[in-house]
Amino acid sequence: MNSERWAPILFGIVGLMIWQGAVIFLHVPAYVLPGPIAIIQAFFADWQSLLLSLVATLAIAAASLFAAALLGIILALGMAASRWARAAIQPWAVVLQVTPVVALAPLIIIWVHQQFLALVVCATIVGFFPVLSYTAAGLAATPPALLDLFRLNGASRWQIVFWLRLPSALPYFLAGLRIAGTLALVGAVVAEFVASSGGFASGLAGRILEAGYRLEIPRMFAALALLALAGIAIYAALGAFERAILKRVGATSL
Amino acid sequence: MLAARGVTRRFDDGTVALKGVDLTIADGAFVVLLGPSGCGKSTLLRLLAGLDQPDDGRIIWDAGAKPRSGEIGFVFQDATLLPWADATENVFLPLRLAGRSLSDSRAEITELLAKLGLTGFERTKPAGLSGGMRMRVSIARAMIGRPRLLLMDEPFAALDEFTRHRLQNDLRTLWQETGMTVVFVTHSIYEAAFLASQVVIMTPRPGQIATIRPGIEQTIESRRTDPEMVALVGAISADVARMMPTS
Ligand SMILES: Nc1ncnc2c1ncn2[C@@H]1O[C@H](COP(=O)(O)OP(=O)(O)OP(=O)(O)O)[C@@H](O)[C@H]1O
Ligand SMILES: [Mg+2]
Repeated sequence: MNSERWAPILFGIVGLMIWQGAVIFLHVPAYVLPGPIAIIQAFFADWQSLLLSLVATLAIAAASLFAAALLGIILALGMAASRWARAAIQPWAVVLQVTPVVALAPLIIIWVHQQFLALVVCATIVGFFPVLSYTAAGLAATPPALLDLFRLNGASRWQIVFWLRLPSALPYFLAGLRIAGTLALVGAVVAEFVASSGGFASGLAGRILEAGYRLEIPRMFAALALLALAGIAIYAALGAFERAILKRVGATSL
Repeated sequence: MLAARGVTRRFDDGTVALKGVDLTIADGAFVVLLGPSGCGKSTLLRLLAGLDQPDDGRIIWDAGAKPRSGEIGFVFQDATLLPWADATENVFLPLRLAGRSLSDSRAEITELLAKLGLTGFERTKPAGLSGGMRMRVSIARAMIGRPRLLLMDEPFAALDEFTRHRLQNDLRTLWQETGMTVVFVTHSIYEAAFLASQVVIMTPRPGQIATIRPGIEQTIESRRTDPEMVALVGAISADVARMMPTS
């Protein structure tokens, strides 16, 4: 077994031990900085509510990731199909990407009445850009000789797209998806924060705010830790998905 | 008959790849293009295939002789295969685009792959093939549709001498059997002398035709060391030497 694989885990455990030790010996009050043990205790004291909130947040992130993938592919195909479409779409995609979702979220929450949908829209805006830009790069990177070969054999536009361009762009798309996964989670939580002022409180952001108001700092940390773990899990899962698919089709990762 | 008339190709960056190229390719000819790197051989092949357009001059086909899609086979300088498809599926591609089914074509593909020494690798994807094997798959792909015009861009450059000899023989035989027209690019004088019915020697920057030499009618394996063959190699070598700048 590769010892480097365990390095981050070992590092984490040592860090947690130092943290716990410091909290005990320096008498840091739990409402300033709770130790890991207190955080774990807080989690088990309230695990049902925390996990339910995590599921709510993950549902938003998952729906957004799906929407981002779909939207990213469709826009990338449009951009690959015509130079005109590329010129039309590209600047607006960048505008959406550089506008902080915190600033857009209040508007979207007003416009989209269904709360879950509003949050998914916000998180999708954050998540679709990497899918779009990676897939567009992949579609543009089709080997010219293969394009020549298809044309020489009288391939139609659609045959070129579905039999050549899309499969060649697959590694790019998957790399974009991996990044979009974590961004969608971030987007979901940010949107939840904004929505919570309007009464939405079922996600992890709601738990964090609630714990903050009540000065239940260990519970706040427990929610934060859950969020971080979820992010790592999404990244790892999408990475495994990417490797599995690429192995199946015989391509290599970007 | 296919001909280039005063063909000039100037790229956007100002490179003049070809200048005033006149070349007539008779039906059933085996034309070998020989020339230093960068003299525009690949560019000329793309123009002949209709994949690129000349800036001046024209590519002319005899009335009614212009091949339809699928009637031109092209072996690219790099074996560009679909990485997600196995050898059989890669060879199948031109037939697939022509609307044929894989089950109908499989036997034919397997036979062709066997001819190219790829038996046992029918289901292997490009990543699992060596460079020379990939090139052979790409050659099979160009031949599967029985093209009337076969354009080959240094197809044997990446092969070992043994496989190269075998494939040179096979290609020569196939050409004689089918009567197809072949335009073949190589850097090897010996290969040119062995294969060609016509050797075209080009000069670089801008690419122009320096000499056209008739090849040998009957080349077979046993004649690789014939005096006639050796004389042709010598003559082409002299042509090439004449192109070199005198110091
Ligand atoms: N798309 C392009 N844009 C600009 N210049 C090009 C392009 N394609 C080829 N050239 C230039 O045209 C010239 C001829 O290129 P070409 O590929 O036809 O040469 P070649 O004879 O096939 O060389 P080699 O034997 O190395 O394959 C070269 O100088 C090359 O740099
Ligand atoms: Mg070339």
